[in-house]
Amino acid sequence: MGKTLTEKIISQKLGRDVCAGEIVVCPVDLAFAQDTTGPLTVREFLGSGFKSLADKRRTVLFLDHAAPSPNAQLSADHMLLRSFAHDTGCVISDIGAGVCHQIVAENLARPGDVIVGADSHTVTAGALCSFATGMGSSDVAVAFALGKTWFRVPETIRIEVKNQFPHFVTAKDLILHIIGLIGADGATYKALEFGGKAIDNMSIAGRLTIANMAVEAGAKVGLFSSDQTTEKLLREMGRPEQFRSISPDKDAVYEKTIEIDASTLSPTVARPHTVDNTVLAKDLSGVRIHQVFLGTCTNGRLEDFALAASILRNKKVHPQTRLIVAPASKRVLLQAMDAGYIRIFVEAGGTIIPPGCGACLGLHQGILGDGEACLSTANRNFKGRMGNPNSFVYLASPATAVATAITGVVTDPREVL
Amino acid sequence: MLKGKAFKFADNISTDLIVPGRLAHLRSNLPELAKHVLEDADPTFVSRVNAGDFVVGGNNFGLGSSREHAPLVIKMAGVSAILAKSVARIFFRNAINRGLPVLICDTDNINEGDELEIDLANGTVKDITNEITLHFKPIPNAMLAILKEGGLIPYIQKHGDFKLE
Repeated sequence: MGKTLTEKIISQKLGRDVCAGEIVVCPVDLAFAQDTTGPLTVREFLGSGFKSLADKRRTVLFLDHAAPSPNAQLSADHMLLRSFAHDTGCVISDIGAGVCHQIVAENLARPGDVIVGADSHTVTAGALCSFATGMGSSDVAVAFALGKTWFRVPETIRIEVKNQFPHFVTAKDLILHIIGLIGADGATYKALEFGGKAIDNMSIAGRLTIANMAVEAGAKVGLFSSDQTTEKLLREMGRPEQFRSISPDKDAVYEKTIEIDASTLSPTVARPHTVDNTVLAKDLSGVRIHQVFLGTCTNGRLEDFALAASILRNKKVHPQTRLIVAPASKRVLLQAMDAGYIRIFVEAGGTIIPPGCGACLGLHQGILGDGEACLSTANRNFKGRMGNPNSFVYLASPATAVATAITGVVTDPREVL
Repeated sequence: MLKGKAFKFADNISTDLIVPGRLAHLRSNLPELAKHVLEDADPTFVSRVNAGDFVVGGNNFGLGSSREHAPLVIKMAGVSAILAKSVARIFFRNAINRGLPVLICDTDNINEGDELEIDLANGTVKDITNEITLHFKPIPNAMLAILKEGGLIPYIQKHGDFKLE
């Protein structure tokens, strides 16, 4: 019987054929935590009496959610993580390096890997055909120590995307459209697998955006075949030998297949307070936005900044709207500086914050006031997400975000050109 | 047998409503964090909940973040089980890993304040106030094995490894 990407990766990893529905104990190729889940991970690890890591080179702690630390308590958490890394020899990615998921994509994830992270957006590495999933601190502490985890091999929903995207319609609009279609629990416990012409032609940046948000439909993983585009990324990152071509079998068995015609999509926005509360940007015209947030592990990559800069060039941010920009990693920041995008954002009136999670989870660097609305390129718009339960978060693409920054109201990017 | 009062919540109770990111600085001070559990969904919850009580949600309870602090502080508040129509994947796993039962059943007819009696072995939820009996979906065996030991870390300490296949 043919295999889905999930079944292929797990079967290759275990050296035997596995099917959806099976419970497996599986080796882990990379385990990580970040600074808001890492302290509990480290305490569970130490408290359990574990002495050493299964593989210190493939165990990583990222200081990215509170980077740099806004208060003494989080500074103490950072100290704990730095000291654990010193004592065990695990890898630490300190402040300024960027968001864990971006760094995993740049330097660590390999096609066919099994990855667990104490962060729900660990699914992002599915763009490189890694079976990557978010877990809690206890699960990751055990993966640190034993180098393995358990899970149920998920059934797969195949998303087949044909034709080409219209101008200024992006991967973000596609994934928001999909979540609107199937619901915030439409793929709970399942794998999402993406394919079709529009996906074959899509950049790694676009695939990372989509994989990142697979969890917003409840999915365990969001997987893409490993192809020439994956190979190109690995070559650019100086690790071409890690490329392995992986694609699903033609006769793979899917729970269902959803077909989408990319050419019919339009800029899409998720309204407060759930990600599946989607609507077309043009149908929200007039909704006042006080803050625009461009960045995060969803849309803080060079390609996102290139698109945003092309719209913002020689324009100004609306006087009653703030624009906050957070590159996903140090590499993105440096490339965006070289390309002149950072200058465009600053000259237009934007504020640049360090590579990291920034304002996304309401911890610092862009907390909203009572009654204020933010249009963000991030992945979540739950009540209270950006630090204030009396505020409102809309989600959209980088193009819609900067178009909105220019007009001060939700705007279809095709209207400002 | 578990006994207590029902605290009823809406659909889509996210981890941001349970322990928001704005309180990230309290995650290494769990007793302090527990004073805020679910406050953005119901500011009176913490002051009213008693040991043994139940959190009763609707669809997709616990969606969002992987923060294990969410089920952990619900348990610290005294809650003995969570009932919901459906539960997000990571939250479900985290709750079991913390020894907190999560029971999937139709919660529509359970009301705020109802007295509930739960028989984990028989798979029943008795709403004494409403005089109805509900059946919850059996907890998958692998998770039941972890729950029986009181959570993942005690499970691994006892067995030294995963013995779930």
